[in-house]
Amino acid sequence: MSNIHVNATVNGDEVGFLCDPRETLLDCLRDKLSLTGAKEGCGTGDCGACSVKLSGRLVCSCLVLGAEVEGQEIETIEGMSRDENLHPLQEKFIEYAALQCGICTPGILVATKALLEKNPDPTETEVRYWLAGNLCRCTGYDKIIRAILDTAADMREAS
Amino acid sequence: MALDDQNKSNFKFVGTRPKRPDGIDKVTGRAKFGADSYAAGMLHGAIVRSPHAHARIKSIDTSEAEALKGVKAVVTRADFSKDIKFTSGKDSEDWNVLENVMADDRVLYDGHALAAIAATSALIARDAVKLVKVEYEILPHVTDVDEAMAVGAPVIRKGAPDKSVPPGLHENVVSYYESGHGDVEVGFQEADLIIENSFKTEATHQGYIEPHACLASLGSDGKGELWCTTQGHFKFQKVCAALLGLETSQLRVTASEIGGGFGGKTTVFIEPVALALSRKTNRPVKIVMSRTEVFRATGPTASTSMDIKIGMKKDGTITAGQGTFRLQGGAFPGAPGGMTAMCAFAPYALKNVHQIGYSVMSNRPKQAAYRAPGSPMAAFAVESVIDALCKKLDLDPIEVRLKNASRKGTKASYGPTFEEIGLVECLEAAKSHSHYKAPLKAGQGRGISCGFWFNFGGETAVSLALSEDGTVQISVGTPDIGGSRASIALMAAEELGIPYDHIRCTVADTATLGYNEVSHGSRVTYATGLATIKAARDAIRKLCKRAAEKWGIPEEAVKWEDGHAIPSGPNAGDFEPLSLKSITEKMGKTGGPIVGHFEATPEGAGVSFATHIVDAEVDPETGKTQILRYTVIQDAGKAIHPSYVEGQFQGGAAQGIGWALNEEYIYGSDGRLQNAGFLDYRIPLASDLPMIDTVIVEVPNPGHPYGVRGVGETSICPPLAAIANAVSQAAGVRLTELPMSPPRILAALKAE
Amino acid sequence: MVQVNLWAGLRRFTDGHDVIEVEARNIGDILKGVSKAYPALKEIIDGGVSVSVDGRIISSGVTEPVNQDSEVFLLQQLKGG
Repeated sequence: MSNIHVNATVNGDEVGFLCDPRETLLDCLRDKLSLTGAKEGCGTGDCGACSVKLSGRLVCSCLVLGAEVEGQEIETIEGMSRDENLHPLQEKFIEYAALQCGICTPGILVATKALLEKNPDPTETEVRYWLAGNLCRCTGYDKIIRAILDTAADMREAS
Repeated sequence: MALDDQNKSNFKFVGTRPKRPDGIDKVTGRAKFGADSYAAGMLHGAIVRSPHAHARIKSIDTSEAEALKGVKAVVTRADFSKDIKFTSGKDSEDWNVLENVMADDRVLYDGHALAAIAATSALIARDAVKLVKVEYEILPHVTDVDEAMAVGAPVIRKGAPDKSVPPGLHENVVSYYESGHGDVEVGFQEADLIIENSFKTEATHQGYIEPHACLASLGSDGKGELWCTTQGHFKFQKVCAALLGLETSQLRVTASEIGGGFGGKTTVFIEPVALALSRKTNRPVKIVMSRTEVFRATGPTASTSMDIKIGMKKDGTITAGQGTFRLQGGAFPGAPGGMTAMCAFAPYALKNVHQIGYSVMSNRPKQAAYRAPGSPMAAFAVESVIDALCKKLDLDPIEVRLKNASRKGTKASYGPTFEEIGLVECLEAAKSHSHYKAPLKAGQGRGISCGFWFNFGGETAVSLALSEDGTVQISVGTPDIGGSRASIALMAAEELGIPYDHIRCTVADTATLGYNEVSHGSRVTYATGLATIKAARDAIRKLCKRAAEKWGIPEEAVKWEDGHAIPSGPNAGDFEPLSLKSITEKMGKTGGPIVGHFEATPEGAGVSFATHIVDAEVDPETGKTQILRYTVIQDAGKAIHPSYVEGQFQGGAAQGIGWALNEEYIYGSDGRLQNAGFLDYRIPLASDLPMIDTVIVEVPNPGHPYGVRGVGETSICPPLAAIANAVSQAAGVRLTELPMSPPRILAALKAE
Repeated sequence: MVQVNLWAGLRRFTDGHDVIEVEARNIGDILKGVSKAYPALKEIIDGGVSVSVDGRIISSGVTEPVNQDSEVFLLQQLKGG
């Protein structure tokens, strides 16, 4: 089978790449566009380490084919901070030690940003269930949840 | 290397919570993990794996695979060193690792590697794997530990048992350990109540979210480069060199950031294969494991079958403890039967104790270490029986544990006398914690457990280089699996008296430092930290020497304080303090670059204890358990960076929760792994867990300058039992098999 | 002479003795002495053991000194995760 040419927008930039029909969006982001922030933890949509936003919707990029994103807008972890400043979530994660090995962190940050855009005042339970699709093996989630609730409060105050 | 008195309580930097140095890289996705490296001309490797639990390989036909466009090479066992021979004595580990990395004439478990392919793309390599035709002669298999020890069980490997195994046992028993003191029969006579019970735990996987991945480049001249996710790149260098027939120093290994290890990345799986493929194709080769491969063919922990008998007096005194522990470690020696037996009764001062540990083989993947190997399972069994005794005798579980607790001077169950330990402090903290006093509702249960782990020293080498602008670069050889770079910089800041932000700690490659033992055994903050302190003191001596020369006074007349060289007393002379920067900016002219270093195998890693309190609720209709509240209390000796110590406590507890309630390897009657993915091998989600409260107890370890005890592992020792005790109380029935998944709980409730 | 405590599982090789005496000034001497006194133990010792000296666990080093009145125990070789 011959390769498919795909045009899309990633983090606001226009990109183009060639992919095998079987390659996932995750494969394309990492291997064609050098955006290795999204990680493959399972390849079956169970761990959330590959989370990105696709035309406004939070998805596991390992469950989307590269060929499917023609003309769509993709947001990855690489686009989360503007210029030299980190997004408040990123700052807070470091401050709260809400990461240990860091492999799940991009996925969790992308997923959390999507949550706060939808619901700026989530309860602890709502945060936990929103993140049920993002596995973390190191932290037990405690410091992650605290960092998120604190950031949400800061962001509400700032707006 | 003992605890010194000067710094013990007046820490300026140690004990604070600064930002970690790799923080920005990790929250922006810039940090490079194992699969994030690419090389020009790179090929992709994929591995052919057995679909059978036990079979003889009659033939491997790779012709169709090799004919596929894009396929560049195939390797089998023949492409590895022929000098590594099977033995059951010392030096056996290289052969066992090689046999696991690539099968020879037999496949020993579902997923066992037997060939590998390199191709121009990952998809082509995967397609080629499917075209390899293997003819098997299927052999009988065994996956259960008790069945593997029984008469008639298929023999995994002739000649594998080591000298410790007494006659009369099945050949699948490869190692035997027995120890104890006193006379348990006399002890049982003295008891008012004896409880005997048997327990089983299933194999679990460390569950790191990052699969194994590496990028290898090996030339025909024997010079190679390896990038990989690992807990120990020096060990990987050594083992890969042996397996490929290379000289160690000609292979340079760089450790990537690691996406979780917990013991599972202390040994090689795909790295020698990538090197072999690279050598054969003369191109770099990248191999990334799929999640299914990780479950089937890396190193889960052992499954266990245990028998415990404990006698207790009405006043709570334990009169005798006896335990038999059977562990299977896959088709290779290594199940931690001895460790399990040694840890089992360690928290208790017993006059009469006896333990036996069996390490057994079966047709399962080669086990690897998982956070305090053996200790969690032992605690599950022993602490469950203690809990049952307390309930029957109507005694408070913490009071009973305090009554029998090991202290300084206690003869440990495994023999030696304890030095300073913090078990009593943990129990007292648990007793006075608000969690212990909080009321419980009907249908809820509370469980307590203690846990114990040895902790580790190991070969360590550190280099600390001063820059001309007065800042510092530390090179360490232990991959950062828990935030150690921050702790190391804190310890250096404490010694040098300069701000933490002026110090950068890097994990250096194998070409840069002397040998460093793997990051495991909770050793990094202890051993690399100790070495960093020594290296800093070495640098300080050199700085003081420069100051002495500048002032024209003897070296001994200069001391270091708050980041400055100063005369040690009024008699030394009247000189203005010299800052570190003022010395280093001229160092090229005053004698050359200044580097402090330290190499040693530190011994004296202190043991650590923990006590956990868990509240749980069981839904009698679904059998589902909800963890309501969790408190970890653990002795850290001295917490260098408290946030990361808390992180270790919480992470170990979370893994313990998964192990207690949901995680297990499920084998079919065909010996194949049924649940090789995160959907059916269910680790805890954010929605499963409550906040996990932590209490850091600090009873300094006499073997470290600041009193540090390793913390990474002990936190997984108590949860299995604490949760089992809580669930047993909540459900009203004792659960003795892990995981306590909903079907098991429902079955137990029905049987009542 | 240093008294070396063995774990019970090793009794088979030492005519039932749990404690044996060897001439030793450090751990290396102890291991050599034990292997010399009971050659059947050599393979187990060579396979790797840890040693506890006065409560301090020495996982592999052979140069750690011992006193004549030190409390010495042979232990399974410690492995971490």
